[in-house]
Amino acid sequence: MAYVAFKGGARAIAGAAAATECLRTEQGLTDPAADPLTIDALLNQLRLLVDRVVSEGGVYHPGFAALAIKQSQGDTLEAAFALRAWRSTRPRLAETPALDTSRMRLIRRISSAFKDIPGGQMLGPTRDYALRLLRLELMDESPEAFRSVARQWLKGCPKAQIPDSFPKVLDHLRSEGLLPALDAQARAKAFDITREPLIFPVPRSAALATMSRGETGSLLLLAYSSIRGYGDVHPTLAELRVGYLPVLLPHPVTGELSEVGEVLVTECEIVAMYQAGEGRDALPRFTVGYGACFGHNENKAINMAVLDRALQKGMQDGASFPAEDQEFVLLHVDGVDSMGFTSHWKLPHYVTFQSTLDRLRTTRQKMGAAS
Amino acid sequence: MSQAPGKPAADIYNFGFLDEYAKKEVRRAILKAIAIPGYQVPYASREMPMGRGYGTGGLQLTLSLVGPGEVVKVIDQGSDDSVNAVSMREFIEMTCPGTTTTTVTAEASLIQSRHRIPELPLTSEQVLVLQVPYSDPLVEIEAYEAKRKTMHGEGDYSRLLVKLYEDIVKFDEITISNRYPTRINGHYVIDPSPIPRWDVPKLNQSQALILFGAGREKKIYAVPPHTPTEPLAFSDVPFRVEDFRQADGSRRPCARCGARDSFLDEFISDSGATVHQCSDSDWCQARLEGSEA
Repeated sequence: MAYVAFKGGARAIAGAAAATECLRTEQGLTDPAADPLTIDALLNQLRLLVDRVVSEGGVYHPGFAALAIKQSQGDTLEAAFALRAWRSTRPRLAETPALDTSRMRLIRRISSAFKDIPGGQMLGPTRDYALRLLRLELMDESPEAFRSVARQWLKGCPKAQIPDSFPKVLDHLRSEGLLPALDAQARAKAFDITREPLIFPVPRSAALATMSRGETGSLLLLAYSSIRGYGDVHPTLAELRVGYLPVLLPHPVTGELSEVGEVLVTECEIVAMYQAGEGRDALPRFTVGYGACFGHNENKAINMAVLDRALQKGMQDGASFPAEDQEFVLLHVDGVDSMGFTSHWKLPHYVTFQSTLDRLRTTRQKMGAAS
Repeated sequence: MSQAPGKPAADIYNFGFLDEYAKKEVRRAILKAIAIPGYQVPYASREMPMGRGYGTGGLQLTLSLVGPGEVVKVIDQGSDDSVNAVSMREFIEMTCPGTTTTTVTAEASLIQSRHRIPELPLTSEQVLVLQVPYSDPLVEIEAYEAKRKTMHGEGDYSRLLVKLYEDIVKFDEITISNRYPTRINGHYVIDPSPIPRWDVPKLNQSQALILFGAGREKKIYAVPPHTPTEPLAFSDVPFRVEDFRQADGSRRPCARCGARDSFLDEFISDSGATVHQCSDSDWCQARLEGSEA
């Protein structure tokens, strides 16, 4: 009688891992000069890929993000997942105070609200205005040419004095009284989503933290739905800034705040439709949305700011659309959760399927017998 | 077996992979779950190096509970050698030096399982950890967690009962095959994880502590030992387990060991014939070895 052997799973798994590793390295079969990808090459030449993974991984470790990209062969969901799993093994040893983003060492900052802003518009590195034409000359780039480009560019750069920090556009609007007051209480104690479960409704800081390490595409989908018609956030980018943010930690002995390093961050502040002020005599004020994440991820920061605005509206008036619904948004934007659950359907489901077959057969039998 | 490529050395990770604060949190959630049978205790579930949906909730329970000397058994679909069980077991062996693993149900002090409860009745010396994809039986009829929480608190399962009733009206049968909603200690109704209905009666007055871990949904719940449990049903439409009778009305045996008292998997052989075989590999193996001896 035929039967299925209970043994063999371990060998099959090892074989699958070896086959995957073979694909990672098979260039060596045909190209005697094939080199493995170096972590440095990934960090530098695929910087935006690394930044995406750092951001979704929720831990600022570009080197491990690059390693995760390398071992996952470019799958961003997998790479962010590996980084997140590594993060699980690290204890939380200290907590920074709320960091002041006006102190960012900027590589780029723009405002679409004003033609000019204090400190000036600074385009920095962006492809926003580039023609998306394939650059065929890069198909076979010579190492010599590659190595000279940055050097040449820097040679031609004037040594301009760039100030250490720039004023925030929102501060200007706030001083005019056009924005809601800052919530001092929320700034004092942020919700730590890595240490506390979400029990709905959750404070805004929990929503921001969840979106900050959310999956880029998921945030894009939901934010787009809101600005396109399933919602009515029509954002004006008060400011989008990218740069290096100094990280402050209390000294372990003295408690004095000291700078321990800096992290590359993208931050976006949007201004949206004004609403009545609080209290009977209060004048209407703009509403705002905030987005910030590790790395250079402009689209993600903008979408997060749009969703922050949509979620605040939902909390205030009740959700009319998916993007305004806290539970819906926050429980579906995490890439590690969503891709994990989607992948799990590939696991064996023999037992549950057997059980379902039993239900269908019994139902058919009974209904057949009755008719 | 040779080391799979890319595997890190065990010694760069803490015992049990998770940091001690994380394990402590899980243990506290377990205590609360035991104190309130069937209540879904929220916890800050950690990401594990395997997919959400691959048993990260069960694994966090196991890793928080094992200590040196533990004897761990891992099952997927009843079998120790199914892919999910293999990777779980290898991970536990890698990160928990000093523990041993076994495939023999009777030898295990802690059993982590996906989709099955072993056929061999468990003892008070054993803990069973079940991996949970959906932690809330009410999700079938209410999408919002905040509302479900209130319904659980009020013991309001009326819509769930209506769903069962509608099944009977439409199909003359309750159509729920696995994850059968089960009332624990007269109050909370749980999703007992995707175990078949065959395994649901094993929850009732169990000798062993049964823990449920949902990693993605970030919940832990428990059926403590000696707790009454009862699958939802109606007085005139009783709860029924899977039917393994053949056309002549006799109980279908396992094609391998001949058991007529176990949950069977059916599959299609190379010749196209349908074959039935024990789902619980240890049960099947023990019977074979017993009959040879």
